[in-house]
Amino acid sequence: MQGGRPGGGSHSLMQLVIIGNGITGVSCAITARRLRPDAHITLVSDESPYHISRPALMYAYLGHLRAQDLKPYADWFWAENALELVHATAMRIAPAQRQVELSTGAVLSYDKLVVAAGSVSRFAAWPGQDLEGVQGLYSLPDLERMHRNTHGVQQAVVVGGGLIGIELAEMLHSRGVSVTMLVRDEHYWGSVLPPQEAALVQGQLDAHHIRVQYSTELTGILGDTQGRVRAVVASDEQEIPCQWVGLATGVTPNLALAQASGLETDRGILVDRYLQTSQPHIYAAGDCAQHREPVANEVAIEQLWYTGRNQGETIAHTVCGEPKPYQRGPWFNSAKFFQLEYQTYGRVPARALPTQEHSFCWQHPAGTALLRINFRADSTLAVTGMNALGLRQRHDTWDQWLRAATPVTEVLAALGAANFDPEFFRQHEPAIVQEFNRQFPQYPVALRRRKGLFSFM
Amino acid sequence: MSSPTLSAAPTTPVSPAEKLTLTVIGLGLLALLPATFDADPWRAQLFFYVALGLVSAGTLVWAARTFGRRPAGVQQDNLWQRSSTGRGAVAWLTALVLTGFYVILYWFSSPDEHGNFGVLNNLVHALDPLSQVLRNRPADQWFLYGTFYTLAVLVMGGRALWKYRHSPYQRIRTVSVMFFQLGFAWLLPGLLLALQKPEYYFSYFWPLKYDYLFPGTVSYLLQDGGPGLGVFLIFWGVVMSFVGTPILTYFFGKRWYCSWVCGCGGLAETAGDPYRHLSDKSRGAWRWEVRLIYPILVLIVLVTALLWLGAAGVLPAWFTTARPSQFSLVTNLSPVDGLGKIYGFFIGSIFSGVIGVGFYPLLGNRVWCRFGCPMAAYLGLLQKHFSRFRISTNGAQCISCGNCSNVCEMGIDVKQYAQRGEPIIRASCVGCGMCSTACPRGVLNLENGPREGRYQASPLIHADSLRILS
Repeated sequence: MQGGRPGGGSHSLMQLVIIGNGITGVSCAITARRLRPDAHITLVSDESPYHISRPALMYAYLGHLRAQDLKPYADWFWAENALELVHATAMRIAPAQRQVELSTGAVLSYDKLVVAAGSVSRFAAWPGQDLEGVQGLYSLPDLERMHRNTHGVQQAVVVGGGLIGIELAEMLHSRGVSVTMLVRDEHYWGSVLPPQEAALVQGQLDAHHIRVQYSTELTGILGDTQGRVRAVVASDEQEIPCQWVGLATGVTPNLALAQASGLETDRGILVDRYLQTSQPHIYAAGDCAQHREPVANEVAIEQLWYTGRNQGETIAHTVCGEPKPYQRGPWFNSAKFFQLEYQTYGRVPARALPTQEHSFCWQHPAGTALLRINFRADSTLAVTGMNALGLRQRHDTWDQWLRAATPVTEVLAALGAANFDPEFFRQHEPAIVQEFNRQFPQYPVALRRRKGLFSFM
Repeated sequence: MSSPTLSAAPTTPVSPAEKLTLTVIGLGLLALLPATFDADPWRAQLFFYVALGLVSAGTLVWAARTFGRRPAGVQQDNLWQRSSTGRGAVAWLTALVLTGFYVILYWFSSPDEHGNFGVLNNLVHALDPLSQVLRNRPADQWFLYGTFYTLAVLVMGGRALWKYRHSPYQRIRTVSVMFFQLGFAWLLPGLLLALQKPEYYFSYFWPLKYDYLFPGTVSYLLQDGGPGLGVFLIFWGVVMSFVGTPILTYFFGKRWYCSWVCGCGGLAETAGDPYRHLSDKSRGAWRWEVRLIYPILVLIVLVTALLWLGAAGVLPAWFTTARPSQFSLVTNLSPVDGLGKIYGFFIGSIFSGVIGVGFYPLLGNRVWCRFGCPMAAYLGLLQKHFSRFRISTNGAQCISCGNCSNVCEMGIDVKQYAQRGEPIIRASCVGCGMCSTACPRGVLNLENGPREGRYQASPLIHADSLRILS
């Protein structure tokens, strides 16, 4: 299956080459296959021969899954759907010849090329970051390295208080490693979570005995005579002994191929509304793409599983002759912090709400669940975003509410319709509505709809 | 996949307290040896109850410590890396012991003319006092089996209650299977015997308990149950098989039976819970499932129909005339009775018992339910075509992590549906709800709703139409 022009058939068949077999590249390939059953589609990746679920990497380390369970599609899927997989690094694109050079020496010709090269871990050039036992966690090779290098480790330090940081803490905790987290912000995931949400996550960190030092940064990493990490130095000059260090200070677009090929880049590969790069017939999507003209108040680089999937699907339409501008729709995301599930729909800023918005927050007295709903302070009272912790909320319902700028009073009255918790779970809607009426007596709400036990909708 | 290093087992430290509880369980298992082989019946009996007590108490304390001391939630760490749950040496040994027990029970423990139950003799007689109290008669090998079975469901049910204590659905469901096993499959049949009535399991129905609607059993129940109880038992069996099952399945799906009531399901959900992830999720396994389970349903329907036709005298005499055969299993039986006997031997005994339970630690806890049970096939057809049940997926939140597929004891590759935003409506789904419990993104939910649009995918995800089974 390696190298060469796939099929080598007639010119009427589109040759689509996709660099990267992450969720973006694979979504593009599958959508293109549906739209153009006769296209030649080739996926090039140097990470793993088959597509893997990046968010699932931690579960292989935890032992919940085996390595082969990380594959969202069985191996026969690719051959049966005529999606050619090439395990190699794409070294350089020659736009004039419409060719890609691979590390194997092979050259692929394309009619349309999609660069979905993903991210690389972002390090701040700390002294000692190349020592043995110091790494980030992004790719499958990273996971294998972590698996090898955490054997027999007693103490570890995780730098960074975001999603990867807490994942690393959970992974290490499962093997009895004592974990210290260094977090620059004043509370967990300070750039995204409001303090109340962060406090609930803190409860999980405490319950799992993870030590967290907030307002603390990494200044250096110390090695032993064998070149292995033995301690880190924090910004308070404290030396923390450890045998492994996880650097989870974020990721940055993987620009290696784009820069080698003369594509216009900034922080990411610059793309227009159709996700086309500065070169014709070359597109970029997912973590590595940067929108030239992001929508107001939206980020230019979207590094989520969901946005990657959405962008990959969008490009497939464009390259298959149905040009489609990228439209993301209401933001959404989810995560799990140890045992605490998190879902968010729409936008909920971490701090200092714009004056034109109200923020309603209900929290279960036991600190096990939280629901925050932001809404406009003007006469529309339209909901703008929602955070849920320890509760499951129905995506379709919230998407409709957000798109229709539904008034918060209507949302709360019908809140049971968005309840996605399993049967027999305690229903918090009456308590939530009661709390809303206490916080916002000027907008009285009567709960119209609870979730039925034996029916839905 | 090029990542063999991940399968290397990490060293998980065993705490002194865990060693202590494991020691108690080990001593209990050891006590089964004198209980089985000691020539002195009193000492054997003492060892028997000591063994049951130590194993039960040790397991419950182990579970309380292992799961109870950690914060409530999904607790699957090192699942695939442990020898006991990752098809390691311990798993093979466990499977061998379980399978061996079934072989001895089924074929080497029938009492001889002196009331000697072979190698299980001591164990059976150790239960005589209990059997006298409950059933007003001495124990036999089936009472021993039923007691072990019920104890396994109760003790491992206690373990499941600790493990899944964060989920009300799992708590209530676990209590339900414990209740039905203890009450409907152990106490009630025993009480019926004590009252000189036929032993009857109210929680098993034709075609799983196939002989309940065989003409021989029906006439026996009518005769021994008397005009009142006998008629009620027949009525109960017929109504539950042909009226109750479709109605309940229409409203709640197959789960009302398979993961809430059924004894086979009850054992699978409790004693089998540590092995649920071992079920084969491949397309090949799905094909075998379809190839086996529906022919078995057809076979038992055919056998039942032939028996009734034979009893009614409408079959040619050849079908109902007993004759010798070179196969001892069916010799001196008529072809119709022989067919029933063959079904009972291969499906009822070997498949549901020896393979179904014996291979828990290797093939997962639902091998029988998935590949063999005709009741599951019948319920599955109803669930797929005539039910309000479905597992909804939550918009576009799926991250294809595969935890749902992993915990599916029926071998459904749940993520194939979740990552397309499609509801999961599979004939085999028993509604245990573990996919929903294990999902780290809150994507899956078991729901009963209108049948219109039951297969409708979420508009927030563009489901690819590429096939996953063909």
